[in-house]
Amino acid sequence: MAVITSLAEAVAEVVRDGDTVAFEGFTHLIPFAAGHEVIRQRRRELTLVRMTPDVLYDQLIGAGCARRLVFSWGGNPGVGSLHRFRAAVQDGTLEIEEYSHAAMANRYVAAASGLPFAVLRGAPGTDLPSVTPSIRPITCPFTGEVLTAVPALRLDSAVVHAQRADRAGNVQLWGITGVQKEAVLAAARSLVTVEEVVEELMPMPGAVVLPSWVVDRVAHVPGGAHPSYADGYSVRDNDFYQRWDAISRDRSAFEGWLRDLHR
Amino acid sequence: MTYTADEMMTVAAARTLADGAVCFVGIGIPSTAANLARRTHAPGLVLIYESGCIGSKPSTLPLSIGDGELASTADAVVSVPEIFNYWLQPGRVDVGFLGAAQLDRRGNINTTVIGPYSAPKVRLPGAGGAPEIASCCRSVIVVVRQSLKTFVDGLDFVTSAAAPRMVITDLGVLEPDDTGELVLTSLHPGVSADDARAATGWPLAVSPSLSVTSPPSAAELAVLRSLR
Repeated sequence: MAVITSLAEAVAEVVRDGDTVAFEGFTHLIPFAAGHEVIRQRRRELTLVRMTPDVLYDQLIGAGCARRLVFSWGGNPGVGSLHRFRAAVQDGTLEIEEYSHAAMANRYVAAASGLPFAVLRGAPGTDLPSVTPSIRPITCPFTGEVLTAVPALRLDSAVVHAQRADRAGNVQLWGITGVQKEAVLAAARSLVTVEEVVEELMPMPGAVVLPSWVVDRVAHVPGGAHPSYADGYSVRDNDFYQRWDAISRDRSAFEGWLRDLHR
Repeated sequence: MTYTADEMMTVAAARTLADGAVCFVGIGIPSTAANLARRTHAPGLVLIYESGCIGSKPSTLPLSIGDGELASTADAVVSVPEIFNYWLQPGRVDVGFLGAAQLDRRGNINTTVIGPYSAPKVRLPGAGGAPEIASCCRSVIVVVRQSLKTFVDGLDFVTSAAAPRMVITDLGVLEPDDTGELVLTSLHPGVSADDARAATGWPLAVSPSLSVTSPPSAAELAVLRSLR
């Protein structure tokens, strides 16, 4: 059953040094506040996993939390590059393992399903299998078609942000729900930050519900997705994403941002 | 009416989308062009974004593929595994509408690295949805500014084997010939074939029936500018 606790306690319990950890969120509901707490607690040697590492992962990488990144698209959506990520790859301090979105999504599905691998049609002609040897061909036992297999993406920990939880720790999220359900179900430990803790979860169209018994920690963190957003609670702070480009580009501006975070 | 080269490119790209088509949209210029098409000649165009939004009808242009406007105006919002597995993979989508960092003469796209993979000169964002958008959509259209930096003779990395049926640039339009090599088939007004050759990193073939793109109409420009 999920325990409702402070963000600091939840992060200390769920995200450990050396973890393979995903902070998921597809533009919407990105758990920024939890990621910032990981930076404050100075987690190290993390293997960061995410389909779309964006500004939060730029921050975690720049702060020295990550050893490795497993991903499918690393950029600042609609703005450009992530300069801390780019610098870390170009100077060889960050190991990477990369896939297409379809492959990453299916790796989560396989892990959530308790399977060792996932199968998809894949994309003939891409060079990705030459640099990511775990993208492999597989022959369909029924039709003989050659398809693509990718391994299940099992996580030590998953961190997501949601709109609501009830007092028992059942979690509800809606709008663009990305791969958050799969990430939580793929993880040994999970943490959900929420905008609001309510007496009772009212049904919402298209909502995903994570029952309390698949979540370890819930923390009440209003605005915990900022500068990302929570449908029904906030809008995406596009200005911040645009401002991040200059901060990320300049190492000393980034160090200044980091000092402010630790204050 | 005066217009910029980017506006000409966006309008030319929008015109390629037929009313009623189902279009998987990349962010940036492809998204702008797809929304322009929906607001002009193709009101029945179905826009799909990889964030899981199906049938989005945004009133303002999104900055990211997951802006709230895309979800709140969609016919359906589904999970990311579902958008790739149920909607893209089986071939339900007519047109994949993609951008590119680099493109070669066969229309292969690189959005991964410039330089060697293990010691990149420039690390780019990576694949995202593009490899499967390229391989699973019935056709692919690429929208990209044409320059020696983007139109290169040999890619450092093939992210997506797009084999586009059309490439729309700020200079003109390219289409594959029988061998799959991109040939210049249309020039935007005021652009010469030499301008296009000078912005291409391989000896660019020019179609014997080279045409000139119709300039943006006042109506197209008005809608395009209202989207900003």
